[in-house]
Amino acid sequence: MGAFEAVILTIITASTPLLLAAIGELVTERSGVLNLGVEGMMIMGAVCGFAAAYTSQSAMLGVAAGLIAGVGMSLLFAFLTQTLMTSQVATGLSLTLLGLGLSGLIGEAFTGLPGIKLAALDIPFLSDIPFIGPILFGHDILVYASLAITAGAAYVLFRTRLGLIITAVGGNHHSAHALGYNVIRVRYGCIAFGGGCSGLAGAYLSLAYTPQWIENMSSGRGWIALALVVFSTWLPGRVLIGAYLFGAVWIMGLYVQALGVAIPAQLLSSLPYLVTIVALIIISGNKTLTKVNTPACIGQPFAPER
Amino acid sequence: MSGSAEYLLEARNIVKVFGELRANDDITLSLKPGEIHALLGENGAGKSTLVKIIYGSLQATSGQLFWQGQPVTVANPGAARDLGIGMVFQHFSLFDALTVTQNIALALPPDVDIGTLAGRIETVSNDYGLPLRADALVADLSVGERQRIEIVRCLLQEPRLLIMDEPTAVLTPQEANQLFVTLERLASEGCGVLYISHRLEEVKRICHDATILRHGKLVSRVDPQQETAASLANLMVGAEVAAVKTDRGGKTGKPLLELSGLSLPTDDPFGVALKDIELAVHAGEIVAVAGVAGNGQSEFFDAVSGERPTANAATVKISGQACGKENITQRRRRDAAFVPEERIGHGAVPDFPLSENVVLTHHAVAGGVARHGMINRAAAREVNREVTQLFDVRKGTPDPEARSLSGGNLQKFVVGREMARQPKVLVVNQPTWGVDAGAAALIRQALIDLARNGSAVLVISQDLDEIFEIADRIAVISRGELSEAYPAEDMSLEQIGLLMAGAHEKSTSGVAGS
Amino acid sequence: MMLILEKRSEQSRAMTFLSPILAIGLTVVIGGFIFAGLGLDPFKALYIYFIEPMTSLWSIEELVVKAAPLILIGAGLAICYTANVWNIGAEGQLTIGALFGSAIPVYFTAWQSPLTLVLMLVLGAIGGALFGAIPALLKNRFGANEILTSLMLVYVAQLLLDWLVRGHWRDPKGFNFPQSVPFEGWQLLPLLGEGRVHMGAILAVIAVFILWVMMSRSLRGFEIRVIGSSPRAGAFAGFSQKRVVLFCFMLSGGLAGLAGICEVAGPSGQLQPTISPGYGFTAIIVAFLGRLNPIGVLFAGVLLAISYLGGEAAQVELGISDKTAQVFQGMLLFFILACDTLIHYRIKFAPGRGAAGAA
Repeated sequence: MGAFEAVILTIITASTPLLLAAIGELVTERSGVLNLGVEGMMIMGAVCGFAAAYTSQSAMLGVAAGLIAGVGMSLLFAFLTQTLMTSQVATGLSLTLLGLGLSGLIGEAFTGLPGIKLAALDIPFLSDIPFIGPILFGHDILVYASLAITAGAAYVLFRTRLGLIITAVGGNHHSAHALGYNVIRVRYGCIAFGGGCSGLAGAYLSLAYTPQWIENMSSGRGWIALALVVFSTWLPGRVLIGAYLFGAVWIMGLYVQALGVAIPAQLLSSLPYLVTIVALIIISGNKTLTKVNTPACIGQPFAPER
Repeated sequence: MSGSAEYLLEARNIVKVFGELRANDDITLSLKPGEIHALLGENGAGKSTLVKIIYGSLQATSGQLFWQGQPVTVANPGAARDLGIGMVFQHFSLFDALTVTQNIALALPPDVDIGTLAGRIETVSNDYGLPLRADALVADLSVGERQRIEIVRCLLQEPRLLIMDEPTAVLTPQEANQLFVTLERLASEGCGVLYISHRLEEVKRICHDATILRHGKLVSRVDPQQETAASLANLMVGAEVAAVKTDRGGKTGKPLLELSGLSLPTDDPFGVALKDIELAVHAGEIVAVAGVAGNGQSEFFDAVSGERPTANAATVKISGQACGKENITQRRRRDAAFVPEERIGHGAVPDFPLSENVVLTHHAVAGGVARHGMINRAAAREVNREVTQLFDVRKGTPDPEARSLSGGNLQKFVVGREMARQPKVLVVNQPTWGVDAGAAALIRQALIDLARNGSAVLVISQDLDEIFEIADRIAVISRGELSEAYPAEDMSLEQIGLLMAGAHEKSTSGVAGS
Repeated sequence: MMLILEKRSEQSRAMTFLSPILAIGLTVVIGGFIFAGLGLDPFKALYIYFIEPMTSLWSIEELVVKAAPLILIGAGLAICYTANVWNIGAEGQLTIGALFGSAIPVYFTAWQSPLTLVLMLVLGAIGGALFGAIPALLKNRFGANEILTSLMLVYVAQLLLDWLVRGHWRDPKGFNFPQSVPFEGWQLLPLLGEGRVHMGAILAVIAVFILWVMMSRSLRGFEIRVIGSSPRAGAFAGFSQKRVVLFCFMLSGGLAGLAGICEVAGPSGQLQPTISPGYGFTAIIVAFLGRLNPIGVLFAGVLLAISYLGGEAAQVELGISDKTAQVFQGMLLFFILACDTLIHYRIKFAPGRGAAGAA
C-alpha cells in the first residue's frame, strides 16, 4: 500500500465519526433544537458499543448498542427540553457531563481489553482493484452508512414534505403550530435522529477507529461536530466537505510527527481545536451566509397553548 | 342533537378555560353561507380564542360545533381545512426562509402535487386580483403581500368559510378597499366569512351580521347596518368611553426634537434602512408618524432613541443640542424619554418586578434611583407606587412581575414610567397597540396633556383612528423614507394611503398640498 | 395520561428553594438504586458517600480544600449564566491562571517575599481573565459561538500546560518527571491550622460576598441580570450586551485563574500535567445548583466537594470506581434542571386525547 493511499484511508477513518455526529446534529438544529450533548451521546455510544461487542463478540451488535445508547441519551434530552421546557443549552451541557461520567463508570470494566474490529465489507473484485479498490470499496459498513445518511438527510430535507415540515418547525414554530403541525413531536423525532447518529459516531470510535475502550476517547469530537454544523451553514453538502477537511487536519498531526518535523507534539494535537476556532470566526463573521440558513427558532423553547 | 341546516357554522355554548381565566364563557354564534359576519370585541374579549376553537387550534372545554347542521369535532387545523374552513391569521402563519409555494404547500393536504402548485398559485392569485410570484422568498415581501399569501392559501382549498383576524390592521386604506372587493366576491360565491375587526366603520360597510363579545361573554347580536359606530363601540366596551379632549390649535414653541439628514444602514439582511429623514417636533405639539408595519418604524425609533446611535452628531438634536452620536442613556439625560413598541422584552423585563423595571429607564437620570453605581430599591418602589397610582395600573400585589399584568395595565405602566419624569421630549412607538379602550383613552389623554404643558411628543402609530384623534401634524413612513409632516386637519385617509404606498418617495411634490 | 405544564403567572419563590433539595433527594434515591445494582448495601454505600466525609476533622478539612476552587469558579460562572453568557471553558482559564502565576516561582525561584505570593495570585487572576477574554472578543467581534470557542480553548490550554511541564518548565533536578520546581515559602499559600486548608478558602468566601453585593445591590449587577433576561430591554436601558459579555468572561475567567494558581500554590505545590480533577466543569453544576446566586454557590460548592470525597471514600472502602462521583454530579444537574421547571410551571396530568397534528 502506498503512503498516499494510507493517508487517504486514515483521513476517511478520522472523518467518519465527525460526519456522522455532525449530520445528526444538523437535522436536530434544522428543527430548531440546539443539543450540546453530542459529546456525551457520542461517548456513551462508544462505551456501549464496545461493551456490547466485547460481550457478544459481535461488532454489529456493538454498532446496534451504540445506536441505541445515542437514541436513549437524546430522548432524555428531548424529555427535559421539549416536555419539561428546560433550557436547551444547560440541558445539553448536563447531557455531556452525565455521558462522560456514566461512560467512565461503565467502561471501567472494559479498559485495556482487546477490541472487536468492525470488519471491512469485502466486495469481490472491486476491493481488489489497485488504489481505487481500497479507497472506494475497502471500508466498514459505518463509513458507507455515514455517506448514505448524509445523502439521505439532504434528500429528505430538500426534496420531501417531511423536510419542508422540519425546516418550517425550525424556522417559525408558532406558524407551524398554527397550521396544525405538532412541533414537539417533530422535534422529538429530530432529536432522536441526532442522538442515533452521535451514538453511531461513538461506536465507530471504539469499534473501528481505535478498536478498544479508552476513557474520554471522543476527545472533543462531539464539540467539533457542533462547530461543523455552524461551519456548514446548515447545509448537508458542506457538512460532508467540512468533516473531511477536519478529518484531514486531525490526521495531519500524526503524519507530520511521523516525518520527524521538529514541531511540539502538543501543538499538532491542538490543531483541530485551533482550526475549529478559526473556522467559526470565518463563518460567523459572514452575516449573510449564516443568517439565511440559520433556523430562526434555534434554542428557543416552544410551549403550545391548550 | 343537531344544528339548523340553514347555517353553515354554528358554535353553541362554547366555554374555554385557561387556568383560572374563562376566556370564552357560554358563547353562541351562527353564520349562513354567503354571509360576512363580524366578530367584535375589545382586546381580551375572547375573539381569538373562539376562532382558534373553530379552526381546531384549541379545543373547547365544553360546547358544540355544528357544520352544515351536523355536530363536528375539529381536532386540529388540518381537520378544519378538510371541512372547508380557512383562516387568515392576524400575525400570519408564514415562514420567512421559505418560498411562497413552500408556504402554501405546508397548508395543503400531503398529496398535493408541488410540481404544479406554482402554476395554480399564480392562476388563482391573478384571478382574484391578488398577484403573487410563486418563487419569491417570504422574507423579501411586504406586509400586504404576505397577507395575500395567506388569503391565496385559503382560496386554493376552495373554502366554504373564511376566518379573517384583523386583516386590515396592516394594510393601507387602498389595500383594504381591494380586500373588501375580494371578500364581497367570495360571499357572492356562497362562501361565509367570519370577520374580526375593531374598525367599526369597515364593519358597518361590509358586514351583514355581527356578534359582540365582552370579557369572554356574549353581549349581543346585532345588524351592523342598523347601528352607528358609536353604538357598536358602547356595546363592545360596556360603557361610554371618555372622549379624548384635544383642544387643538394651541401655540407651539421652539423645536425640541430635530432630525435632519438622518440615515441609517441596516445591519440585518431582513431590516429596513432609513433614508435622509427630516422632521422637527416643537414644544406643545404631537407629531404622528403613520405607516404600514415593517416600513422602518422600529429602526426609526432606535435611531431617535439612541439605541442605535448614528455616525453624525448633527442628525439628531434634542433641545437644540446635537446628540446623534449619543446613546440612549445620554439622550435621557437631555430630558428625553422613550416608549418602544414591544412592552414585553423591550419596554419591560417580563420576569422583573415593576420596581426593578423602574430602574430600567430611571437609573441614569435624576431622582435617586441609582447613585454611585448602587441601586436604591426604596426609591424605585416609591416611583413605582406613584406611577401605578397616577396611571391607574391595576395589579394584585404592590410590586408584581411585569408579565403578570394585562396588556393594557402594563402599557399604562410603561408609558406612565416615562411621563412621571415630565420629559421635554417624548417618543412613543405604537402607544395603544393591543390595549383595551379604557387604557387607550387614558394614555392618549396623557400624551395630549403632556404636549399642552409644553413638551414635544412624537408618536409612531399604525392606527389611523388614533393618529387623527391626537396628532397635530402627520408624517408618513414608507420603506425607510419619511414624508413631510402635514397639519392633521389638511389630511384625508386617501392622502395618507397614497403616502403609505410610497407616493412621496424620491419626489417631494406635496400630496397633501392640493 | 398526558403531562401538561401550566405556566404560573409569577415565578414560585418556594420552588426556587425547594427545587435543589428535591433534585438532591432524587439523586440520592437513584444513587441508592445504582449501588444496589452494583450489589452493594445501598444505605451503607450512601452513608459512606454523603455522610462519612463530614464525620472527621481530616475529611472536613479535605472538603474545604476541594470546595474552595469549586466555589471560586462556580460563583463566576453563576454571574456568566445569569447574563446568558455561556462560559464553559473555566477549566482552560484555570489552567492558564495556574501557568501565569507559576511563572514567578519558575523564573524567579529564589525570590522570597510576601509580594511573591501576592504577585502570583494577581498574575493567576490576570491570566485567567485574559484567556477568558478570547471567547468574549471572538463573540463580540465576529459573532463566534462562545460555548464552542471557550470549550476548544480548554484543550489548547491543557496541551500548552503539558508542553511546558514536559519542556521548558520542567524541574532540572526532577529526574525527568513532568513537573516544575517545587514551590517553597512565600511561593505557597499560607495554611490555616495544622492541616491542608489554605488561604484559598478565605479568598472564595470573600469573592462570594463581593459578588453577592454586586448582584443584589449594584447597577452593574442589575445590568447583568437585565441583559441575561431580555437583551432587547437591556439595550433600551442603555446597557451594552458586548460590554457585559466581556465583563462576565473576564470576571469568571479571573476567578477560575485564581482558583488555578491556588491549586498549584496550595495542595499541589508545583505544576504538574494535570492540575484539576475537572473543577472547571464541575463548577458548571455548582453554579446551577446554587441557583446562579453567589450565596447559593457557597453551599453547592460544599455539596459537590462531598461528592468528590465520597467518590474517593467509596473507592477505598467499597472497591467501586471513583467515576461514580461524576455520575452523581451529572445526575444532579439533570435533576436540578428538571425540577426547576416547577418554578415556572405547574405540572398537571390530563387524560390523553387523540394526538393532534397533521405532522
